[in-house]
Amino acid sequence: MTRPLIIDNARIVDPASGTDQPGAVLIEEGRISDLAIGGPAGVPDNAEVINAGGQVLAPGLIDMRVFVGEPGKEYRETLASAGAAAVAGGVTSFVMMPDTTPAVDDGALVDFLIRRAEAQSPARILPSAAITKGLAGKEITEFGLLKEAGAVCLTDGAQSIQSNALLRSAMAYAANFCLPFVHHVADAELVGDGVMNSGLFSTVLGLKGIPREAETIPLARDLQLAALTKVRYHAAQISTAVSAELVRAAKGRNASVSAGISINNLCLNENDIGRYRTYFKLAPPLRTEDDRQAMIEALKAGIIDTIHSDHDPQDSEVKRQPFAEASNGAIGLETLLAAALRLVHSGDVDLMTILRAMTIRPAEILGLETGRIARGAPADLILIDLDYPWQVTEKTFRSRSRNTSFEGARMQGKVTRTLVGGRTVFLDEA
Amino acid sequence: MPQQNSAPSSGDFPPFQQRHLISIADLKQHEIIDLLDRAEGMIEICRQERKSLPTLAGKTQINLFFEPSTRTQSSFEIAGKRLGALVVNMSVKTSSVTKGETLVDTAATLNAMRPDVLVVRHSAAGAVELLSQKVGCSVINAGDGAHEHPTQALLDALTIRNHKGTLAGLTVAICGDIANSRVARSNLLLLGALNVRTRVIAPRTLLPAGIEHLATEVFTDMEEGLKGADVVMMLRLQHERANGKMIPSVREYYRFYGLDEHKLSFAKPDAIVMHPGPMNRGVEIDPAIADGERSVITDQVEMGVAVRMAVLDALLQARNTP
Repeated sequence: MTRPLIIDNARIVDPASGTDQPGAVLIEEGRISDLAIGGPAGVPDNAEVINAGGQVLAPGLIDMRVFVGEPGKEYRETLASAGAAAVAGGVTSFVMMPDTTPAVDDGALVDFLIRRAEAQSPARILPSAAITKGLAGKEITEFGLLKEAGAVCLTDGAQSIQSNALLRSAMAYAANFCLPFVHHVADAELVGDGVMNSGLFSTVLGLKGIPREAETIPLARDLQLAALTKVRYHAAQISTAVSAELVRAAKGRNASVSAGISINNLCLNENDIGRYRTYFKLAPPLRTEDDRQAMIEALKAGIIDTIHSDHDPQDSEVKRQPFAEASNGAIGLETLLAAALRLVHSGDVDLMTILRAMTIRPAEILGLETGRIARGAPADLILIDLDYPWQVTEKTFRSRSRNTSFEGARMQGKVTRTLVGGRTVFLDEA
Repeated sequence: MPQQNSAPSSGDFPPFQQRHLISIADLKQHEIIDLLDRAEGMIEICRQERKSLPTLAGKTQINLFFEPSTRTQSSFEIAGKRLGALVVNMSVKTSSVTKGETLVDTAATLNAMRPDVLVVRHSAAGAVELLSQKVGCSVINAGDGAHEHPTQALLDALTIRNHKGTLAGLTVAICGDIANSRVARSNLLLLGALNVRTRVIAPRTLLPAGIEHLATEVFTDMEEGLKGADVVMMLRLQHERANGKMIPSVREYYRFYGLDEHKLSFAKPDAIVMHPGPMNRGVEIDPAIADGERSVITDQVEMGVAVRMAVLDALLQARNTP
């Protein structure tokens, strides 16, 4: 039996209950056994006490979109390195995309990942399962067996299913097993050879553009099929004002629809590409400042439910290339929170809204008991020094890859301590 | 600064401030004019019996063409040789250097041979920029994907200036596959920087997003677009564009966007006709016009050598100036 733990003198920010008050939490056996809001807590005998010094105590972040290189590309990222990167960034749970070699399209692989992650990763790794075998978009996988093995949701990761008929039956079958259906929306033909947002800037760079309609057309289709099949549908990531409008309208008709956004599309725009900087080559592409502003508004209006890192480790062989030939993706687990706090410090979004999108909303969508500070909930908690100034440098990353779109960025706000199941798994040395 | 012995030389110009020539967008207006003026002097040299100005004696120039181009490569080769440089042509077959995979490695290898200037053509936009970040010498962009072809825009401007006396107050119409053309982009940037009125004329499928911010006016009708133009600049239509995706057929393209006598009659009577080559006669241009008296296409080729001499001279002079 472990000693009880008290985190005292904290500013408790819990979006699930709307709490933002001074207080303390008591942790026993890995779970929150009591919380005292407002006043100082009574300290049980033999308890270990952590004085938060007035720092924010929030639920650990839940990141719904993380790519890991294990199995198949361990040189990019392993479960262990992704887990270490996660907890250093305040992420206590993340959904692992099925884009591995082989793809996570079989119950045995889900089982393997869960066991291996438990042994190796300080963060909780929640495997998702491929919707289609080999992520090929042709045949659906064994949803029931995958769920039994422990997959938290279905997704084809970076792939988008093109066939309307296949999508319809996949959604219906997913509804059958009450599995959340998370889908990246991209029309393969409209994306075509496009490598960045279509507009003046792509024309100036001489790069093929991706029109916004490559996202909005499949999104409109998905939302209609979700209504038809009654599946729990989550648009993995949206990036345009029209997409937000489509989601808003769909939510009015169908309560089991939600949408996510990559932190990159909230904090960056296409101008960051500058002169062919491939760490800013992402899917969906970074769009214009107007689009970014529209996404912030959609987040504030509750149209966008979740914010994720879209952590996607890539090595220099595939990134140090001419822009059109480079791979998509940037890492983000260690910068997710700090980047999100930029929006808080700039006055764009309040702290509660930002944290809601990274704690209780993903928990609700995936049916998790984490993501909240409540009696009985797992003690997945983070302490945040909101004003801590620091500069991003790839040298200190725990991730095995270096493709960050925030290299050199000055940040304000950092995780100082991360607890998973009541155990401190990260403590900032500074 | 050492005095040169020939008449018009780099010594007559203030040191050029750029290390590379990757994009017209990097040049200030006075630098563009400076390069055109330098090129003017080079025309003289090229028309002499002894066409040499050995300002680059002892220098090594490597022409690195990932995409084959006989005319641009020879133009750079002749330009370098007339300036006395040791010129090495490295044609990179697409089979050996597959994609950009080895681009950075190629850069490191060549850099170790200590060239003074690399002239690079590549099929991917931004590839020349990437390469320039990995080498210690000057780099000249000889065309990167649909991004830029800066020496083409300079030679076009020089050709226009020599025929019209000035660039000021002119209207230049650029016609054809704007979406996929680096020549169009470099020309629009250069002419825009010199306050020349630019028009683009193309079917909507060949107009890139945001083009209205780069050209003064955008037209989809050839006759409308050519009205009152001083210069008609035709672009090559890649045959694979006329495959039913962007353009239904060559004959329809020629009917609406090929330059023939009737369409040209809408331009000013003294309008000149240009083409960066190689031409598709009967696709984007009537052979009678291509080879007719208003065509200045062979002048463009001549100006190409002069402009490339000027660019090589200016960049290497800049590197020698502390």
